[in-house]
Amino acid sequence: MNDVAIVRLESVSRAFGTVVALNDVNLEVQRGEIFGIIGRSGAGKSTLIRTINGLERIDAGRIIVDGSDLSALDEAGLNRVRRKVGMIFQHFNLLSMKTVFENIELPLKLAGQPRDARANAVWQLLDMVGLRDKAGVYPAKLSGGQKQRVGIARALAGKPAILLSDEATSALDPETTLSILRLLKELKGRLGVTIVLITHEMSVIREICDRVAVLDHGQIVEQGAVWEVFGHPRTELTRRLLRTVRPPLPETLLKDLRPQSVEGGRCLLRVDGSGAEHYAAVLALLAAEPAWQTDIVHAEVDRVGGHPVGSVTLSVRSRQDALRELLATAERQSIGLEVLGYVDG
Amino acid sequence: MSTDDIPLFATALGETAIMVGFSGILSLVLGLPLGVLLVITHDDGIWRRPIFNRVLATIINGFRSTPFIILLVALIPFTRLIVGTTIGTTAAIVPLTIAATPYYARVAEMSLREVDRGLLEALRALGATRWQIVREALLPEALPGLLSGFTVTLVTLIGASAMAGAVGAGGLGDLAIRYGYQRFETDIMVGVIVVLIVIVSSVQIGGDRLARRLNRRL
Repeated sequence: MNDVAIVRLESVSRAFGTVVALNDVNLEVQRGEIFGIIGRSGAGKSTLIRTINGLERIDAGRIIVDGSDLSALDEAGLNRVRRKVGMIFQHFNLLSMKTVFENIELPLKLAGQPRDARANAVWQLLDMVGLRDKAGVYPAKLSGGQKQRVGIARALAGKPAILLSDEATSALDPETTLSILRLLKELKGRLGVTIVLITHEMSVIREICDRVAVLDHGQIVEQGAVWEVFGHPRTELTRRLLRTVRPPLPETLLKDLRPQSVEGGRCLLRVDGSGAEHYAAVLALLAAEPAWQTDIVHAEVDRVGGHPVGSVTLSVRSRQDALRELLATAERQSIGLEVLGYVDG
Repeated sequence: MSTDDIPLFATALGETAIMVGFSGILSLVLGLPLGVLLVITHDDGIWRRPIFNRVLATIINGFRSTPFIILLVALIPFTRLIVGTTIGTTAAIVPLTIAATPYYARVAEMSLREVDRGLLEALRALGATRWQIVREALLPEALPGLLSGFTVTLVTLIGASAMAGAVGAGGLGDLAIRYGYQRFETDIMVGVIVVLIVIVSSVQIGGDRLARRLNRRL
């Protein structure tokens, strides 16, 4: 058994009538990481995250959370696990008839902690999310971002080892989204809590996740470190999802692109930028030979989890023999180089 | 109508207050748990018991579809068993309570059903037991609706208590029938109606105000 896996799903399946929500899902979340699950709506994300705290039961498979096998637990046992697994929601789900303070206090009250200890903990949590001055306010008077901060404080009140985030930023504007994501990242660093989040936004994955799984029709079609998946998406779905954060080549370039070389024309090459030093290596190869007449037509490079991710598209003179040689060299040096097509000179 | 009639009104008002007050409180105490049971044992509730739910709903509907004047008479043996007499103000409280309890149970059920399911899920995610979910989320969140529903129940009880004269319970309705109708003292009839309008309006306005003050969603 792997000690660092805090959440493990083994061949988990779940159907609602004839609709298969989860189909043989295998997943491991490491202690202390932020694990993202992305997919379109209806992919099964919500069901998947709800299996981790037993809100959703499963038809087949096994789920192990911090050493406990959920399928072996009764309702009381599940409740014990749930107190160690916090959860935040898209629509915050704060109790409207309780103040901010009372909302955050609730998990401690449910766990039977004495009043004095509770108050102390709540003030600390309020400071942590920067809402000390809102303690006596009712949720209806808060902005979306503030509501989610209360949601986060409530979820962390029981000092959980795991925090589940169910589209926690989907109802927020981009700026607030960013501030909530930064808060989550900061809290992960400070408290060492493991975060499992689901989202339909690649930007959320890019911003805070260490690893990502892509869910489609109840199945995991791809998973790995975020920078790897971003750099080398293996499925069409992932590429489509990535389009929102990595714009494809401009239309003006694509419309003139042809599959065959044109006499005296130029060739478009894409250098895959995931991993270090690739750009320099290819540019060095091309720069060494003036006959290429190298030009950069499109480039975008980003850093994801500390790794460069992106691509540079170059336009060079179409010299077939030299091109073959160049591609062979690039492959020997493990440089991602791809011929996109040809354009007229 | 003269000042001589004031004691008459005072007595009748007192009898109505006792009947409505006691049956109101009793129907709240008995009806609220029934309303909670109706909601949590429902198919999408937090304590699914479909058969129990259907049986309970049927019994409640049975009582609700029986006209109060018939209930009043039909319950006479039961009333004797509970309070030892079948006539008078105390005796009227039993059928009034039996009529208002299922009524309030349904009204409460409607308010409780309005509570956002996301809140119940949040409580489950926090490891709350069913009883904790009811106490911390279901009841507090539905409070304004539960209160408005209780106001409506009280108003209905004031109306129903007029019929309690049939078992000699007295009250404002009885005063109107005996003096206003049977003895052609139209001024007493008008007086009773005015008093009833004032009472019903105050109960309704007071209830609405309290519900609004308690509502934190605004």
